[in-house]
Amino acid sequence: MSAGPTSFCGIELAHPIINASGTFDAIAARRAFGDAVVERFPFSAYVSKTITPAPRAGNPPPRLWEEPAAMVNSIGLPNKGAEGFLSTDLPALADLPVPLIVSVMATSAEEFSGLVEAVSARDEVAAIELNVSCPNVHSGLIVGEQPSETEALLEALRPLTAKPLIVKLTPNVAAPASVAAGAEAGGADAVSLINTLKARPMFAGKPWLGAGSGGLSGPAVRAVALQQVSDVAAAVSIPIAGMGGVESGSHARDLLDVGAEVVAVGTASFRDPLAAERILIELRGLDPVAASSATSEL
Amino acid sequence: MAASAQGETGADGRVLAPLGRRRSAVVANSPSGGYTLLTALDPDGPLPKAGQFYMLAAEHGWGGGGGRPFLPRAFSVADATAGETGVRLTFVLEDVGPGTHELAGLAEGDGLLLTGPLGRPFSPPRDVNPGAAGAILVGGGIGLAPLALLRRDLAARGFPERSLLGFRDEAHSGGLELFRCSELRLASEDGHAGHRGYVTDLLAVMLEGDDAAATAVVYACGPPAMLEAVRALCEECGVAAELALESPMACGYGACFGCAMPLRGGGYMRLCVDGPVVDAGAIETALVEGAGHR
Repeated sequence: MSAGPTSFCGIELAHPIINASGTFDAIAARRAFGDAVVERFPFSAYVSKTITPAPRAGNPPPRLWEEPAAMVNSIGLPNKGAEGFLSTDLPALADLPVPLIVSVMATSAEEFSGLVEAVSARDEVAAIELNVSCPNVHSGLIVGEQPSETEALLEALRPLTAKPLIVKLTPNVAAPASVAAGAEAGGADAVSLINTLKARPMFAGKPWLGAGSGGLSGPAVRAVALQQVSDVAAAVSIPIAGMGGVESGSHARDLLDVGAEVVAVGTASFRDPLAAERILIELRGLDPVAASSATSEL
Repeated sequence: MAASAQGETGADGRVLAPLGRRRSAVVANSPSGGYTLLTALDPDGPLPKAGQFYMLAAEHGWGGGGGRPFLPRAFSVADATAGETGVRLTFVLEDVGPGTHELAGLAEGDGLLLTGPLGRPFSPPRDVNPGAAGAILVGGGIGLAPLALLRRDLAARGFPERSLLGFRDEAHSGGLELFRCSELRLASEDGHAGHRGYVTDLLAVMLEGDDAAATAVVYACGPPAMLEAVRALCEECGVAAELALESPMACGYGACFGCAMPLRGGGYMRLCVDGPVVDAGAIETALVEGAGHR
């Protein structure tokens, strides 16, 4: 996979570096940095924060915890709801010079269907990412933890849209590759992984986060991501958006080498809003031919 | 690629930050009582407004050792002056954790990575209270930082201002040189300087006059308990106030949603883009789990 123009489940991208959902709010960034965000947008596609059918305020603070080479977040998917997002945010996001991928989450196939239809109807949207790290109200099971639940959800949603459906996989299962295979069998166009690892920071004998637990991200999870992307790549033939602790071009290269088609940058953007631009430049600087000959000399 | 225009301002008067993290060089690190005044030369940045903040990280040693600090740390700017070679920015630090420890250890010439200026600045006094005749600046501990720059700006515009600063004890105080030539009153819990007690005791006396509500505007920054006392006092007296709040944050520009501050009437604001300066009436309490530095 090259660091140049690429195609991801039918979407043409200028390069393989995108953002992870929920790690870059392009609208808020524009308030802080102005039009430079649009003029110098560091990602080749923009993945929105997850939207839900109804508005959500998010979790009570504290929402963050720092770990060695990592952080734990417990944000709770604050969002304006589908109606607010489609009427207010989506027109603003259409200013971005890249394809838009909208992340959606719901608690039943019926709710998911309504969201997918409403989002899919909008010309601004290139693809839909399904956040399946939520319980199904009917079964009580986390959809993304069950290959059969994931497959059934995709079978219900697949007929509703011609736009690519990307399934965001959770790492909090014994075999992510089985869930990925379920997604593929149900008709998914791609999978993205890894989401954050479940985590519970403690402080002075009590859980620190307002919601008790959260998700670990950052360089500490990188090797986990490489293993899981590798496993999933062996199990499915649909393309993979790989992510997890990418901080440099060589980290991105590693994910591409184990089977990712594109690489998402997440936590690194918190530390530097232009981290993705630097990562792309570094990735382009890596010469695969030179790298392989260097390895053969070892 | 186009660079962000220097000094461009957003809709609410905030100075926009150049996109991306950049390197500044430390030009001074001086102890000030129990605090550290860290000054860096920012060659490419704009002049910030009082109340705005920067995300800071040391160029080397960040994420080293035990793996922390990992995330950058948010600091209000305490002084800023533009010169031929860039903008000199001064921050006030107290060495309380892995991040502040690394920053407090920086020496002249060391690299300081920064993103900013970020956030909503203090509003002009008459935007807060149309009848404002004088500003009262109330600082607690290192919360004096944004007030130092605000005081300088108000004085330069000839707007009457008085500063009230409170400290826990001598070991947790400093930064007074940033308030030179100011009408300044001090309070300390241990009585080592000024009034023995809380800075809000001084504020209460000052707000006693009948015309306080009509003519005063209060700007405050400090620990959550102090800000809550200021907020409650101003609400009781009907005095307009702006509070500069603090929260842990990973990014500083609205990406991580970590710095949630509960709003009066429900829901949350993001302190990094909707604050850190907020109208005192917008919140029900300044006491929030996890707020304040540690």
